[in-house]
Amino acid sequence: MARFQLTVNGRDVEVDVDPGTPVLWVLRDHLQLVGTKYGCGIARCGACTIHLNGVAVRSCVLPVSSVGEQAITTIEGLSADGTHPLQQAWLEHDVPQCGYCQAGQIMSAAALLARNPSPSDEEIDAAMNGNLCRCGTYLRIRAAIRTAAARG
Amino acid sequence: MATVKTTLNRRSFLKASALAGGGLMLGFNWLAGCQTDPTPAPLTLPEDWFEINAFVKIGDNGVVTIMSPNPEFGQNVKTSMPMIVAEELDVDWQRVIVEQAPFNPAIYTRQFTGGSQGIRQGWTGLRMAGAAARHMLRQAAARAWQVPLEEVTTHAGVLHHAASGRSAGYGEMASAAATMPVPEEVELKDVADFTIIGTSRKNVEARKIVTGQPLYAMDQYREGMLVAMVVHPGRFGMRLKSVDDTAARAMPGIRDVFPIQTFADGYERNYFDTNTFPELVAIVGDTTWQVMNARKALRIEWEPIEDTEIRVAGFGGTQTVRIPAGLESTPDHAARMAEQAARPGRVVRRDGNPEAAFRRAARVIERTYTAPFLAHNCMEPINCIAHVTADRAELAGPIQAPEFIERTLAARLGLPPERIDIQMTRMGGGFGRRAYGHYLVEAALISQRMNAPVKLIYTREDDMTFGVYRPAYHATYRAALDEAGRLIAFHVKAGGIPESPLHANRFPAGAVDHYLAEEWALDSNITIGAFRAPRSNFIGGVEQAFLDEVAEAAGKDPIAFRLELLERARTRPVGERNDYDPVRFAGVLERVRDASGWGTDDPPGVHRGVAAYFCHNSYAAHVLDLVIEDGTPVITRVCSAIDCGIVVNPDAATNMVEGAVVDGIGNALYGAMTFTDGLPDHRNFDTYRMIRHAEAPKAIDVHFVESDVAPTGLGEPPFPPVFAALANALYRATGTRLYEQPFAPHLEAFVQQTTG
Repeated sequence: MARFQLTVNGRDVEVDVDPGTPVLWVLRDHLQLVGTKYGCGIARCGACTIHLNGVAVRSCVLPVSSVGEQAITTIEGLSADGTHPLQQAWLEHDVPQCGYCQAGQIMSAAALLARNPSPSDEEIDAAMNGNLCRCGTYLRIRAAIRTAAARG
Repeated sequence: MATVKTTLNRRSFLKASALAGGGLMLGFNWLAGCQTDPTPAPLTLPEDWFEINAFVKIGDNGVVTIMSPNPEFGQNVKTSMPMIVAEELDVDWQRVIVEQAPFNPAIYTRQFTGGSQGIRQGWTGLRMAGAAARHMLRQAAARAWQVPLEEVTTHAGVLHHAASGRSAGYGEMASAAATMPVPEEVELKDVADFTIIGTSRKNVEARKIVTGQPLYAMDQYREGMLVAMVVHPGRFGMRLKSVDDTAARAMPGIRDVFPIQTFADGYERNYFDTNTFPELVAIVGDTTWQVMNARKALRIEWEPIEDTEIRVAGFGGTQTVRIPAGLESTPDHAARMAEQAARPGRVVRRDGNPEAAFRRAARVIERTYTAPFLAHNCMEPINCIAHVTADRAELAGPIQAPEFIERTLAARLGLPPERIDIQMTRMGGGFGRRAYGHYLVEAALISQRMNAPVKLIYTREDDMTFGVYRPAYHATYRAALDEAGRLIAFHVKAGGIPESPLHANRFPAGAVDHYLAEEWALDSNITIGAFRAPRSNFIGGVEQAFLDEVAEAAGKDPIAFRLELLERARTRPVGERNDYDPVRFAGVLERVRDASGWGTDDPPGVHRGVAAYFCHNSYAAHVLDLVIEDGTPVITRVCSAIDCGIVVNPDAATNMVEGAVVDGIGNALYGAMTFTDGLPDHRNFDTYRMIRHAEAPKAIDVHFVESDVAPTGLGEPPFPPVFAALANALYRATGTRLYEQPFAPHLEAFVQQTTG
């Protein structure tokens, strides 16, 4: 076990865990931030997507010891009150079915729009291809990203 | 208005006095309704709530809480079921809060999500619940105003008496209404008067989903909760022999390791008690990561199972199921199915004289289709929270069929059902998998042993390799055409491991004079379960691919060919057990033909396939358009026509159809679980290929046939025909018919062939 100082959603926190513990489980089991989901544990489904200094990463394979001073943002911290343009677009398009993958989808989309405010459909597909949706809401996700992008 | 006798029993209408203040109700109004503002102001909660019946609570300020009875796994019943209550209650949807009802089938009757039956079977009861509450509000107003009941009308949560000009909000009358007698008859609205049903309302939990709030069992925690995992044999056909837990126990955070047995000896299983791995090794610790690591240090020995027979109480009485010993492999399965298919099957239906008709046919077409096992792969892996004490069991988990597993829990734990509380959490997908609630029993046994609350978590690998798969299937079709290209005889022989996919009374039964349907099944120790549109998900797709080929052989347009057959089934049906309505079946074909511009407005350079199917009481047809780019099918558009009667929530229903189309394309192209000596060849999403963003259709247009017929299912019916619409379009693109699912490996071969 070892102590790690982390910045999560703008808040400084300290956890005492095994250095190999993936950030996913630090968030879920130690910080009670459960919006970030476990889906595969091998970075192949995207349900666990968070931002590390604004870049989308899969937290299920990210050891807590490798985070250092980089800022972690989770779905709970994407906006203070659920008003991020993507969250609003998701509601307008009524995207979710089961909903389990959607936090990861939104985090991947948010990182995309942060670096590319007007992505083409091909760029959306490329950025989002690591995020599985078993319910098949891909068309609505694409539409919601376009809506959010169009608003700038 | 229709007058309907209330059949809800007395307990459905327990008239409680005010609940203990509004503080119990933590709901916010996330019901955005039709408004475009995604962030409506939260509702002001009432001081007091009055329970009018088990489905409806009304606050003193007119805010209404409606209970949604069925478990939610993404089909959006948590919005659409309360919409039905709200319609008859006649309230402003903006002032409705939705809550998940507790599991209590004595009050809420059928709390089972599956078989596309939620809305269909809930329809009348939900309407009556709303109508009965409205009636009691009107009674309260009539008494307060001293006017005849018939003169009290309602509009959007307000009671009116036109003659005296009086009016009152539901909140003002709620207290009195809760003391009114339950009506023995209620009036239901005419379909034409609906103001909520048939209008699109947003998912009531969407805001919680997009902000990451804890909705799933996986997200829940309990004070003092431990984390548990279970280890099952790596191979089907094996069972637990011994476990050496010395190393695992020494690892940080590990509390205990022990075997568990899901069923007591001699227990007669019910239909949803899957036989998958009833003996497991449980490992319990403080955190998920600690348990995940420590389980790798377990040294477990497995041994082969013997041939066994188990007794299962099914829907058709108790059956004996044989479980053979041995380590099974996919190539052996293929060989066994081919061998069995060459033998006579069990005749399920026979019309006319098919043998004679085939002998005199001008042309006979025979084709064989196969499909592999499929894993459900719900995004939320199997999990469950359990807290079992000496005299109670509390469970919270993703469960489609709580009623069945409650019986299993009661038998296993030795507790009466009333001491077992099952909370139905929002499910991260279901698709049939969560009808099999073995994991509730596993979690309960672990909690009982640990004397602590426990969260059982399956890893993705545990989830994917645990069985309860869609069966592997095989079907051989024969069609006889006469000189004029008319279909004179039809023969299907279908089977699978370990169940047949046949629906003998489906189209084209009833449309052909000479018809023969046979089936067979082979035993296996690989376990199966319901998977979105069970059996239909194979037989519907291959039948519609076969008919496409028969239409081509007959020199007919595939839609016109089907419509001719349906016209025959309508005017001169063969046999009496045909399970479809040929008029509604033809209706979706005509609708998809017109909406897609089939034959009149075909997009240039695009290859089109059509298919239609009836299952789970509803009708679905698709026209799928694709082009091949760099050897990969790019699906440019899917046009869907659906007849599921009244559509309660059109945009949500559209979402469901879109999902079924994507799911169908994904499983048809990529879906496969294969085995080598009992070992599942795929354990995670690195090799089990699922459809992804870039492979989804570019557009899906969904059209619902306008209808005032009571609603039927939608989760399953659009799924089976997707397989055929895709297969038929791929044929037009490549010139090659594909008979073996999944299709993608064959397309790669086609690309190499044509470009090499």
